[in-house]
Amino acid sequence: MSVKQEKLIVNGKRPDGRKLDEMREIEAKAGVIERADGSGFFRLGNTIAVAAVYGPKELHPKHLLDPVRAYVKCRYNMAPFSTTERIRPGPSRRSTEISKVIKSALSSVLFLEEYPETGIEIFIEVLQADASTRCVGLNAASIALADAGVPMKDLVASCAAGKVEGQIVLDVAGEEDCEGEVDLPIAYVPRKNEIYLLQMDGIVKKEELKKALDMAIKGCKVIYDKQKQALKCEYKEVKAK
Amino acid sequence: MTEKEDKKKTVKEELDTKKVEKEVKVELKERNEDKGSQMLVEEKAVVVPGELLARGIDFLPGNGTFKEDGEVRSKIMGLVKKKEHLVSVVPLSGTYMPIPGDGVIGVVDGVQISSWLLDINAPYPGFLSLAESTEEFVDLSRSDITDYYDIGDVVYARINKVTKRKDIQITMKDRMCRKLHGGNIIKITPAKVPRLIGRSGSMIEMIKKKTGCHIIVGQNGLVWIKGEREVLAAEAVLKVERESHTEGLTDRIGEMLDQFAKEVVK
Amino acid sequence: MITEIGTEYVKNMIKAGKRFDDRGFEDLRELKIERGYVQNAEGSAMVTLGETKILVGVKMKVGEPFPDSPNEGVLMVNAELGPIASPDFESGPPDPQSVELARVVDRGIRESKAINTESLCMEPGEKVWTVCVDIHVLNDDGNLIDASSIGAIAALLDAKVPELNEDGTMNRENMKKKLEISQIPVACTIHKIAGKMVLDPNLREESAVEGRLTVTSMDSEKLCAMQKGGECGFTPEEVYKAIDISIKKGGEIRKKHFGA
Repeated sequence: MSVKQEKLIVNGKRPDGRKLDEMREIEAKAGVIERADGSGFFRLGNTIAVAAVYGPKELHPKHLLDPVRAYVKCRYNMAPFSTTERIRPGPSRRSTEISKVIKSALSSVLFLEEYPETGIEIFIEVLQADASTRCVGLNAASIALADAGVPMKDLVASCAAGKVEGQIVLDVAGEEDCEGEVDLPIAYVPRKNEIYLLQMDGIVKKEELKKALDMAIKGCKVIYDKQKQALKCEYKEVKAK
Repeated sequence: MTEKEDKKKTVKEELDTKKVEKEVKVELKERNEDKGSQMLVEEKAVVVPGELLARGIDFLPGNGTFKEDGEVRSKIMGLVKKKEHLVSVVPLSGTYMPIPGDGVIGVVDGVQISSWLLDINAPYPGFLSLAESTEEFVDLSRSDITDYYDIGDVVYARINKVTKRKDIQITMKDRMCRKLHGGNIIKITPAKVPRLIGRSGSMIEMIKKKTGCHIIVGQNGLVWIKGEREVLAAEAVLKVERESHTEGLTDRIGEMLDQFAKEVVK
Repeated sequence: MITEIGTEYVKNMIKAGKRFDDRGFEDLRELKIERGYVQNAEGSAMVTLGETKILVGVKMKVGEPFPDSPNEGVLMVNAELGPIASPDFESGPPDPQSVELARVVDRGIRESKAINTESLCMEPGEKVWTVCVDIHVLNDDGNLIDASSIGAIAALLDAKVPELNEDGTMNRENMKKKLEISQIPVACTIHKIAGKMVLDPNLREESAVEGRLTVTSMDSEKLCAMQKGGECGFTPEEVYKAIDISIKKGGEIRKKHFGA
């Protein structure tokens, strides 16, 4: 019997035992990097990312300076050892693009006008990768920004939906990732019902996309609550007072 | 529809109406005396950005909050504070943003023809002009202004003015303001400064007394310490920063300092 | 600061339902595609969209396949936003804007499986054709993503595969074999200005864009790539509306300019 022919999804159960609309295990923490003004940790199954925020502070180089609002610098980076094949250190075209879309998504919730002529730096390190690294990185960065005390309209939550073997599933990971036909990562703010990051690749019909988007939005709501909890946990004792 | 079902439905409807009435009553009780406006979190609760604090026209957004669609929400992580109609959030972290009147510690890191630039641990440099630095007449053709302040000098100064474009003007013309000679500077999170000072100065006075050090706390999170037991005082300050949100901190700091004093005697 | 004034002006105009050239919000500027513009390229297309001018060239070279797909040719898309096209562009290493542009176009072609990559294999695991698509922006007057996407697929449709001589050198003399293209993916970007959805903004309008959503469609029902840019959010309903608009516009472009 050839292994290749075996179906990944059997009776609505996925290779790792999850249901179609079930996310992997989530772990979120705030304040994990002492030196940074704010930091966050986010784990979704086997994908792990940490993020640090510095600023608002004086901006270098000066030509980036914006006289009416803070400039956001964002660097998404994957550790060379985060995947099975070593990744060459330094920026790649992929990481440049991801940094750009994460930056736009996060900028949209920041009160940047309060800090003209300054810079806010966001550094995201993916330590271990098993799909959805941009989502996990963005989730960590969102926690880090709040932890740094940067004024924001809301937290941003991010997760992905996809299509595997013709079925729409939430949070594609592991074996499914190689067989995935569609990947749809989004970033979302529940209160506003607005999407701030959206990318999609793979052939999909509008109805399927609707279903995937709905599923991803539901996932984001779960993640949003975890981010909130993580931040509140850091200062649990205050509440006891 | 049969009679029985019909009856059942009527009873259910009745129950529902009662339930709604009860809910409305409870809600009315919880509401403020003003109709429609409502505080939705307790004071001192930890909130995160975007969290709903109060609803309605009777609440005004204070520091650390914003109002959108008639709702006051937090824009930072912090503790809720309510003063009459003003809802604000006291930050737990964040960079220092200068406010006129603040006493700050600054380090001179730029000298210009008739002014100095100060690093005040903020996103913007502090600007100290000659006119704001001294009462005496300075003849620039005869003297070099570095005779007054030079690179690396530490000062305790006051924020005089903050323009809309975030130009920070600093003054030395204030009773407390002076150059600080010697000593050490340590940095703490600016949001923790009020805790370090304590209620009417109780915390900082205790540290000063028990260590015998001169300590000046800048609102910008820089703390200047001078004295024989600088290291001990610094340790106490950092402990306050670390444990600022816990209970009984003043007592613990006192114990820590006493313990050390005993060990020295031995 | 000058752009700030322009931005407000554009927003007010859009709010009043007007555009600079009296177009409707969903109308494109005049689109011209000139195929075979560069003789030395295996395929090329000069795209003019209003005042935006983009030249896309396709070159073929012999290369090695990726280890995970030994029987398939390789696609590479690169975008050059040189200083010739706008005073805002600088020479030097690719900036985030050009990287995003190239990757969005790349994703549209790759994910739609427009190129029959298996037909580009010469020796499995050893020797395959690498298709290099270079997007050269000559004048930036807005909407580079859509214009580049149209240019790229037009240039690929124009491209021919060279013959290999026995000594391994390429014979470009009389190329007869066309590059096999089975799909025509077309990107259509919906721009949000003052809360309204606007297509194909020129540069002046683009300075006021708050957010954009690129949807690449393959035919009347299938999509193959999407990319959101800018800071302004989109509600799910707006996303669905953007998809509908994109499918409609993509169909029009395919019919008028690609005869499909």
